[in-house]
Amino acid sequence: MNFWNFVVQNRLEIADLTLEHLWMVSVSTLLALAVGIPLGILISRRPALRKPVIAAANIIQTIPSLALFGFLLPAPWIGARAMRLAILALMLYALLPLIRNTYAGIIGVDRGVILAARGMGLTESQLLFKVQLPLAASVILAGVRVAIVISIGLATIAAAIGAGGLGELIFRGLAMVNNSVILAGAVPAALMALAADTMLGWLEKRFTPQHAD
Amino acid sequence: MSTDIRPTTTNPVIEFRDVEYVSGGREVLHHLNLAIYGGEILVLLGRSGSGKTTALKLVNRLLIGSGGEVRVEGRDARAWDVIKLRRHIGYAIQEVGLFPHYTVERNVGLLLSLERWSKEKISTRVDELLRLVGLSPEICSRYPHQLSGGQRQRVGVARALAADPPILLMDEPFGALDPLTRSDLQREFLSLQQKLGKTVLFVTHDLHEALLLGSRIALLEQGRLVSLSSPEQFLSSSDPLVKKYVEAFGSVEHM
Repeated sequence: MNFWNFVVQNRLEIADLTLEHLWMVSVSTLLALAVGIPLGILISRRPALRKPVIAAANIIQTIPSLALFGFLLPAPWIGARAMRLAILALMLYALLPLIRNTYAGIIGVDRGVILAARGMGLTESQLLFKVQLPLAASVILAGVRVAIVISIGLATIAAAIGAGGLGELIFRGLAMVNNSVILAGAVPAALMALAADTMLGWLEKRFTPQHAD
Repeated sequence: MSTDIRPTTTNPVIEFRDVEYVSGGREVLHHLNLAIYGGEILVLLGRSGSGKTTALKLVNRLLIGSGGEVRVEGRDARAWDVIKLRRHIGYAIQEVGLFPHYTVERNVGLLLSLERWSKEKISTRVDELLRLVGLSPEICSRYPHQLSGGQRQRVGVARALAADPPILLMDEPFGALDPLTRSDLQREFLSLQQKLGKTVLFVTHDLHEALLLGSRIALLEQGRLVSLSSPEQFLSSSDPLVKKYVEAFGSVEHM
């Protein structure tokens, strides 16, 4: 059975698994944004917290994904459903690029701009929302882009704990020693990563501040 | 702490009382006593590291002194609400610090929109301010990177004047410009100040600029006030440090 035949015959299942994959990546990314960006902002204001926070995110990043799934298995509520567990793990992996880029983006805003903003009487939150975050947007988006592309790839491994997604086809294909089945999972995942990368790259460009020549 | 004194024309608008500033074990300002009166341009002159920028930042509380007090309109700067204090004082710096993601109009009008002015009022005011600093209101929709250095500095001054603050702090606002543009802006600023009657504390290391703009010149050297005099007195001073400064700038009589 060749690749195309397999895809056509199993198009409904592939579509289902693609949606599942997309769901895992979307939810985990949203959660990671909700945690990572505030943490990045926090460490830009409290320099003492920078090292421990970045170190923690770094350590998470070094844990092999299969091991991380295993560690999280005994967690109450989370461990009860493979999908929840996968989402949590994907979120943890996405933290580092988000925290680091948010921090770098904020710290990288021109000194003179910050000085002028404070001097003219912006409150700290006005400074953050009107000046620092808009000017850091393109750097933060670059972090989001990395996080999403990594997540799409990593989410295929979630099938190992029964969380579904396109990894299901890849693992099935491996077990059957059938390249067509592997490709039926791998190709959509790769296309998804490419699409996300292109879209976010475009956004990133739009948000890149103009500079003096 | 003394009681709240209403400002009158004879009371200083800004007053440094025995101000100390220590940073990293280094004494940046040493018992600074200095009063700035309404409507004058007091120039803080000094070389790099003399403490002049530090003194300036103590006025709008970008820094907080280690001793003594800085009084703004008779009230200790630390007793002011810091946001109110800063919005009461215009601030222009060498780096200008225009917001690169905002148009000229939004840059100049930001403070007004934070103060909840209506859109029409802001746009009228921005127009007026741009004309005041010698710019055509047509540049309203441009972004800072589309402006020349001189235009940027003018926008910076317009922004500092936006909420019509009675006090201006200026930290080498013309320092990064070419000599011709700088001299244009200096002369324009002088006539602007005469028209508006702001109280200005102006930091520079440039003696020419100090002589041109200053009602009085305060020379700082290693955090100490060395001399305080009118521009004429400054040139004829017999103080060795003042003489050294004047000599370093060569023949100023020809300016």
